[in-house]
Amino acid sequence: MVLNNIEKLLEKYENGETTLKEEQQLKNYFSQETVAPHLEMYKPMFAYFSVNQQEQFTKDVPLKTRRIFDYKWISVAAVAVLMIGFYFKSNTKNDLGTYQDPQMAYNEVVKSLAMISNQFNKGVSTVGYLDEMNKGTATLGYLNTIENTRNIIFKPVK
Amino acid sequence: MTQTEFLNIVMPFKDKVFRLAKRLLVSTEEAEDATQEVLIKLWNNKSKFEQYKNVEAFSMTMTKNFCLDKLKSKQAQNLKIVHSNYQDHNVSLQKEVELKDSMDWVGRIIADLPEQQKMVIQLRDIEQYELDEICDMLDMNNTAVRVALSRARKTIREKLTNTHSYGIK
Repeated sequence: MVLNNIEKLLEKYENGETTLKEEQQLKNYFSQETVAPHLEMYKPMFAYFSVNQQEQFTKDVPLKTRRIFDYKWISVAAVAVLMIGFYFKSNTKNDLGTYQDPQMAYNEVVKSLAMISNQFNKGVSTVGYLDEMNKGTATLGYLNTIENTRNIIFKPVK
Repeated sequence: MTQTEFLNIVMPFKDKVFRLAKRLLVSTEEAEDATQEVLIKLWNNKSKFEQYKNVEAFSMTMTKNFCLDKLKSKQAQNLKIVHSNYQDHNVSLQKEVELKDSMDWVGRIIADLPEQQKMVIQLRDIEQYELDEICDMLDMNNTAVRVALSRARKTIREKLTNTHSYGIK
C-alpha cells in the first residue's frame, strides 16, 4: 500500500472523517510487521483496538422466569370451591324419619299444632296492652276541651 | 418470549455491553456486574422489545447510563474504583520483561480521557459502530460525536508520540 495513501487516511482518521472501511485499511496496515518509522507510534494504538475487540463476557446471567401472579385464577378457584361445596351439601341426607302409624302421626300433629296455638295466644295477650295506649290517647282528647275554653275567653287572633 | 429467543437476540452484543462497561468502570468485576444488571433489566422488559427500534443500540444506551450513574454514586461515596485488576496477568508479565508495553500505554491514555471521549473511542474504534449508531446510543448529534472522536484520537496520538520519543531520546 502506498505510504502516501496511509498518511492521508491518518489525517482523515484524526479528524474523525474516515469510514469504517478506511479504518479497517489502517488497522490492516498497522498490523504488519514493518511500519514506516515515523508512523511507529500508531502501531500500539491499532493493536490495542484489535486486542480489546476480543474480550468477552463470560459470566452467567441468572434469568429468572418471573411468573406474574394471575388474579383471575383466584376467581376460578373460588367457583370450583363453591361448586364442590354445593355438591357435597346436596348429598348429605335430609331425612328426619317418618311415622308409620297414621294415628300416631295424627297425635303428633295435634300436639304440635296445640303448642303453636298456645304460643300464639301468649303473643296475642301481650299485644293486648296496646289497648292501654288507646286509652291514653283518649285522655289526651281532654286537651281539646281546654283549647275550646280558651277560645271562648280570648278571641282567637285572625 | 422464551429464554432461548431472548438469548439469541442478546448474545451477539453482550460482549460489547461488557466492554463498554469495562471501559467506563475500569474493573472487570464492576463491568461484569453492570453487564449482568443490564441484561437482567432487558429480560424483565422483554415484553417491550417490539417497541424498540434497535435493541442493541438501546442496550448500549442503557449500559452507558447505568455506568455513568454508577460512577457518579462512587464519586459521591468518595470511593475509588480499584485498579488492581486493570491489566490481565499476561500483559503485566510481559511488561516486566519488556519494561514498557506500549499497548498498556494506550489503555492508560484512554482511561485518562473524559468519559464521553472514552465511550466514543470504544464504540467507534473498538466496536466499529457507524457514526449514526453512536449518535443514537449516546444521544449526541453527528458533529458532536465527530468532534469527540477527533479529539480523542488526537490526544491518544500526541501522548503516544511523547512516550514513543521518550523511549528513543
